[in-house]
Amino acid sequence: MTSTLTPVRSKRSALTKGQLPKYAPYVVLAGALIVGAAILALLGFNAFGWGIVSALLFAIGLVSWSAAVEGSRKAKDKLATCLVVGSFLVALLPLVSVIWTVLVNGVPGLLTPGFLSTSMNGVTGVYDNKAVEEGAPVVGGIYHALLGTVQITLLATLISVPVGLLTAIYLVEYGNDGRLARAITFFVDVMTGIPSIVAGLFAAAFFFAIVGPGTKTGAVAAVALSVLMIPVVVRSSEEMLKIVPNELREAAYALGVRKWRTILKVVIPTAISGIASGVTLAIARVIGETAPILVTAGFATSINSNVFGGWMASLPTFIYTQILNPTSPANPDPSSQRAWGAALVLIILVMILNLAARLIARVFAPKTGR
Amino acid sequence: MSKRIDVKDLNVYYGDFLAVEDVTINIEAKSVTAFIGPSGCGKSTFLRTLNRMHEVLPGARVEGEVLLDGDNLYGPGVDPVTVRSQIGMVFQRPNPFPTMSIRDNVLAGVKLNNKKISKGEADVLVERSLKGANLWNEVKDRLEKPGSGLSGGQQQRLCIARAIAVEPQVILMDEPCSALDPISTLAIEDLINELKDQYTVVIVTHNMQQAARVSDRTAFFNIAGTGKPGKLIEVGDTHTIFSNPTQKATEDYVSGRFG
Repeated sequence: MTSTLTPVRSKRSALTKGQLPKYAPYVVLAGALIVGAAILALLGFNAFGWGIVSALLFAIGLVSWSAAVEGSRKAKDKLATCLVVGSFLVALLPLVSVIWTVLVNGVPGLLTPGFLSTSMNGVTGVYDNKAVEEGAPVVGGIYHALLGTVQITLLATLISVPVGLLTAIYLVEYGNDGRLARAITFFVDVMTGIPSIVAGLFAAAFFFAIVGPGTKTGAVAAVALSVLMIPVVVRSSEEMLKIVPNELREAAYALGVRKWRTILKVVIPTAISGIASGVTLAIARVIGETAPILVTAGFATSINSNVFGGWMASLPTFIYTQILNPTSPANPDPSSQRAWGAALVLIILVMILNLAARLIARVFAPKTGR
Repeated sequence: MSKRIDVKDLNVYYGDFLAVEDVTINIEAKSVTAFIGPSGCGKSTFLRTLNRMHEVLPGARVEGEVLLDGDNLYGPGVDPVTVRSQIGMVFQRPNPFPTMSIRDNVLAGVKLNNKKISKGEADVLVERSLKGANLWNEVKDRLEKPGSGLSGGQQQRLCIARAIAVEPQVILMDEPCSALDPISTLAIEDLINELKDQYTVVIVTHNMQQAARVSDRTAFFNIAGTGKPGKLIEVGDTHTIFSNPTQKATEDYVSGRFG
């Protein structure tokens, strides 16, 4: 008996009928760009308008083509995709623009010899005038500000991490959602919303009261920053401690382990990767604060390696003063070059901290595998 | 190295809610006692009162006496930590510590309590505990690997090894096989049979065949309805409970007429 089945002639699968071809979006994109350029040429060309008009044309073209070929469900899907991707691009635009501007303006400053290794001590308008009028190299650097930023942020971290972590431990392990725990949660939320200048004024007033009027040191700035950091650390640590499974605590209790040891040796190690990356992100959040440092540490032009004595520079206040009060009022360009260089260094620092947070999370994460 | 447990007139509460009412039961040393009964009848709740794990939950409390060889667990001045170091527990879901290796999981009871132990003693303890839990041959070449990389049944046996490493008097097991496949369940049941030579074992199970296979004595818990407290209906030799129970409810339950 021979098979009566003949193979179906496979030209195009019935299952993929009525679909747009794979290349459809690219065709529409090319068309949208060309038509967009033509329209803009009539109105007067500019790149920004070209982008917007092309994006609109692309969305309209793709959705209506899809509606014609594929039906309304697929067309709605394409419309949603266009909206999501479009919003993403709009959100990305400022970020790319900021990074690009800072890179373009900051690289010359950063590449100036001695930019990272000298301070502004003794740099006067005379040198800046010479740099502009005679082409001499721009002198002066950000060493003092970099040192100040690192020291102030480090001290702020040393203050906030113990306070924040212990608060989070109380809330999760001992608070039992009681009245005190709820009050703490409420006030932590309030602290999150404190404007940074208010934190600065608080720290300044606090030290004026207990040390003496006019006390402006790196330590005062660190206290101001820790007021801003503590709620962030509490919040992130609390979330991380909460997701540690209760089963692990019970397993430890059932082995006859005391509660504080269970917290120290089981709960915190399990949550440490999240806590550490939360702390790193909190540091990244406060490292760029300007106002609270301005009112608490002042601004210095020379190197001060003592956080507990004397005014101290930091990168944000350095940028602020260089732009607002150029070293040479007649020729502000060298100052603005230094400010952009400092801004670039600040952005690089924040990026390094964010990468460090990811690295920390990966290194400390509980190991799996056989 | 095993003690008996005598429970007298025990009432268990969650806040104001009476979860288990008036339980009186004697649990023999070096034997396996199984708790059976429908869901929500308070078996697990009652089991957790036997090593004071019940009170870990906020608002949970207990009235009555639980005597471990005559000493009241709930007497004034008794430290729950001391109680738990003598009465170990294995949970429904395997819960090895994810940050620790297999070896460290076995030594957790020692290390978390900061007791000093030499490397030689630790090696002996790890080998003895893992052999006691029938896991040694499967993991002896990868003791430094994380415990979470084992299969579910192996993880549960690791948890049993962890429990017996602290050398308790009694081991409580809260549905230890409910998350496991039949092969792993068989391994655990064999293990329970061996454990009763040295320890007093109390096991909660939903599986009546399992209770019949592993236990010497069986206690049947029941609940009159939702919101009512669970009660101990009958306790006796496993054989008697399954073949010739005195209570009608027990007979209905073990013959599968309800529950």
